[in-house]
Amino acid sequence: MINSFEDFTEYSASVKEKSLNKPEINILVSLGTCGIAAGTLPVQEEFISQIKERELSSKVELTDVGCMGICYCEPSIELINRKTGKSIIYGNVKRDDVSLILDCLTEKDVKGVDVIKKSWYYPETEDATAGLLQAKIALRNTGRINPEILEEYIFNSGYQALAKVLSSMTPKSIIQEVLQSGLRGRGGGGFPTGKKWDFAAAQKNETKFVICNADEGDPGAFMDRAVLEGDPHSVLEAMAIAGFAIGSHKGFIYIRAEYPLAIKRLQIAIKQSTEFGLLGKNIMGFGFDFEIELRYGAGAFVCGEETALIHSIEGLRGMPTTRPPFPAVAGLWEKPTIVNNVETFANVCAIIRKGAQWYKSIGTETSAGTKVFALAGKINKVGLIEVPMGTNLRDIIYDVGGGIFDGKEFKAVQTGGPSGGCITKDYLDTPIDYETLKSLGSMMGSGGMIVMDEDDCMVNVAKFFLDFTVDESCGKCTPCRIGGKHMYAILDKITKGRASDKDLETLRELCQTVKSSSLCGLGMTCPNPVLSTMKYFENEYREHVADKKCKAHKCPDLITYLIDIGKCIGCSVCAKKCPVQCISGKLKEPHKIDQSKCIKCGECFMACKFAAISRN
Amino acid sequence: MCENSSKITVLEKYPDKTKSLNEFLNSLPLGADIKSNRGFLISCLHKAQSIFGYLPDEVQLLIAERLRLTLSDVYGVISFYSFFTTQPPGRNKINVCLGTACFVKGADKIFAEFEKQIGIKDGATSKDMKYSLSSIRCVGACSLAPVVTVNDKVYAKMTPLRVREILKECE
Ligand SMILES: Cc1cc2nc3c(=O)[nH]c(=O)nc-3n(C[C@H](O)[C@H](O)[C@H](O)COP(=O)(O)O)c2cc1C
Ligand code: FES
Repeated sequence: MINSFEDFTEYSASVKEKSLNKPEINILVSLGTCGIAAGTLPVQEEFISQIKERELSSKVELTDVGCMGICYCEPSIELINRKTGKSIIYGNVKRDDVSLILDCLTEKDVKGVDVIKKSWYYPETEDATAGLLQAKIALRNTGRINPEILEEYIFNSGYQALAKVLSSMTPKSIIQEVLQSGLRGRGGGGFPTGKKWDFAAAQKNETKFVICNADEGDPGAFMDRAVLEGDPHSVLEAMAIAGFAIGSHKGFIYIRAEYPLAIKRLQIAIKQSTEFGLLGKNIMGFGFDFEIELRYGAGAFVCGEETALIHSIEGLRGMPTTRPPFPAVAGLWEKPTIVNNVETFANVCAIIRKGAQWYKSIGTETSAGTKVFALAGKINKVGLIEVPMGTNLRDIIYDVGGGIFDGKEFKAVQTGGPSGGCITKDYLDTPIDYETLKSLGSMMGSGGMIVMDEDDCMVNVAKFFLDFTVDESCGKCTPCRIGGKHMYAILDKITKGRASDKDLETLRELCQTVKSSSLCGLGMTCPNPVLSTMKYFENEYREHVADKKCKAHKCPDLITYLIDIGKCIGCSVCAKKCPVQCISGKLKEPHKIDQSKCIKCGECFMACKFAAISRN
Repeated sequence: MCENSSKITVLEKYPDKTKSLNEFLNSLPLGADIKSNRGFLISCLHKAQSIFGYLPDEVQLLIAERLRLTLSDVYGVISFYSFFTTQPPGRNKINVCLGTACFVKGADKIFAEFEKQIGIKDGATSKDMKYSLSSIRCVGACSLAPVVTVNDKVYAKMTPLRVREILKECE
């Protein structure tokens, strides 16, 4: 139990000292949701049993960590030599690889095991970001420490920022520091965090609240989950700092129910910190109280919007309300409330420890620091990356992301999820920050980045996002509820080859109406995927409408499969593959497809070894 | 506490489940302040659904009474949030991820295949209670896209052709 500042410094020192006696080799096993889904648990079991069997426990320590970010090669493990500081990452590790790795136990390549990178991570030092593509600030501990052990967090400067603000800073000076750092909200809007805190601090009210938005609604973004699974304490610590800054004693984390592992790790972290006196009553003996409770989402995307989220915590239907009043003035139960995103909080402690100037020196003029992106889709290295703001897309996709999957051609990258838009080849060299993305008709959003290749139909992608927003519209305002449905209906018509030029015009008008007249961000931004694809891929829309063609062969109604009688040798492989038995013909004679029955699944096209089936 | 519980069938049928729900309700600082009680509503529904698998009428009523809310208050919240269900789920809960990463890798085709083979639509349960089918948004395993989960098992890099195989495994 920590009762004073001295207790804390003593405890931190003892943790450091204890670590000197730790085994020389530390093996990190990636146990985030993706790692577990990919089969890390059996690998971990094998390590445990072999370390025991070989009596290696004095030499080797096994550490369960969160997501390392290299989801494309899970199960992955990292072997660190504590003496030399060197490390090596092995990917696609199988149970059988474990004994090979334990035979070697150095940072050398092990024959037969995929080596992903040597000494790859970027330590959080002042100059670490210069010259390197990736920089870890928000993810500084994710994938490096055991999130269920408080000591490991303490070892990595944990709770030092909180100790610093309680012992030597005033609420005003904290807010100044955050303001000067240039930190902006990572949940989508990019509102200056310091400013938000300042508004809330200025309110005269006994009761105020700090809310962490962990609803992560963008379907294809998983950075918040990774932070909560891999480094929950960094969010708790930052929330307490925010509480001290604005004069609040109570925080809520609103987390999606679909994230059971993150919930579990948060529960553990809250319990540990409270037991240790780092949260709860009279933190570190400074007389400051701050407690944190979890509240669960229940599968409504709109609840990521801050006013809807607040109503959801109040136990109501999660419908947004008009602002002002802003939550900072009248939020949860009408009390001043700040709502910040997980990643925003994850940056705060580093800023407090190292200062605003350090943070500001990273990134661009208007967007300081780094951004975490969830890189997915048609890319080789699917995973979680953190790069300084201002990094260009080319570096992200071709360097960090390892290029396009299967050697296909890059077509576009979608950022900002259902509220965002796409960026095309022509803009690959644009440095990414809040402003540049906006000027390209997209937005930062929470950081989902979906890469698409030549096989993706942009009309279909727009339809996908509209389907999502129509489904998730809360129905409170008419433009979003009805306008969205109409937009979807038109897109559906286009993909089925039944639309006219007039429809395209109507679609464009609808987009403007819904954008300008919806109540909340969901409605206001839901036309973005349509507008942006219409802007950059107008040709594709025209082809669907005028020629009734889908070049990417994604829209089933616009595809026909035909057998070339000249090339077909009658092997009947296609007929056997066809799931609806619509291909007929005698053996060794040309076959025929019954177009009225064909479901355009493409199985025959892929099965034919003689290129006798054409797709149009 | 709950006067008409003697008439309630589901609660009677599962006394253990009812007991653990009641224990949870008892642990909450509920009082006369409805506003404050309401703040626990969603937590109660989560708990109840985790215990019973769904939210039968009687359970809704019990929660409403204990939180001093009306049944329509409770039902209004249940119907708003897609996570809550008032229908008992099938023995095999099949979730097909239709998040963006899975979508661009063809998850829509896999979903359609499940619909076709089981013969039910999104959100439905088959008559024999064998399967429930739902589309969900990103399970956070985008690197394994397209992803399907059955109960707690994850199937990575799915193809429409493997749908039959998975359904067989559920037998
Ligand atoms: C429809 C909609 C969904 C949103 N979803 C999220 C979300 O999942 N996570 C999040 O942090 N912010 C989300 N936001 C933004 C929040 O309203 C809010 O701006 C944010 O949590 C503020 O935190 P920040 O300043 O740290 O970014 C969403 C906004 C809208 C309009
Ligand atoms: S989109 Fe399917 S797991 Fe992320």
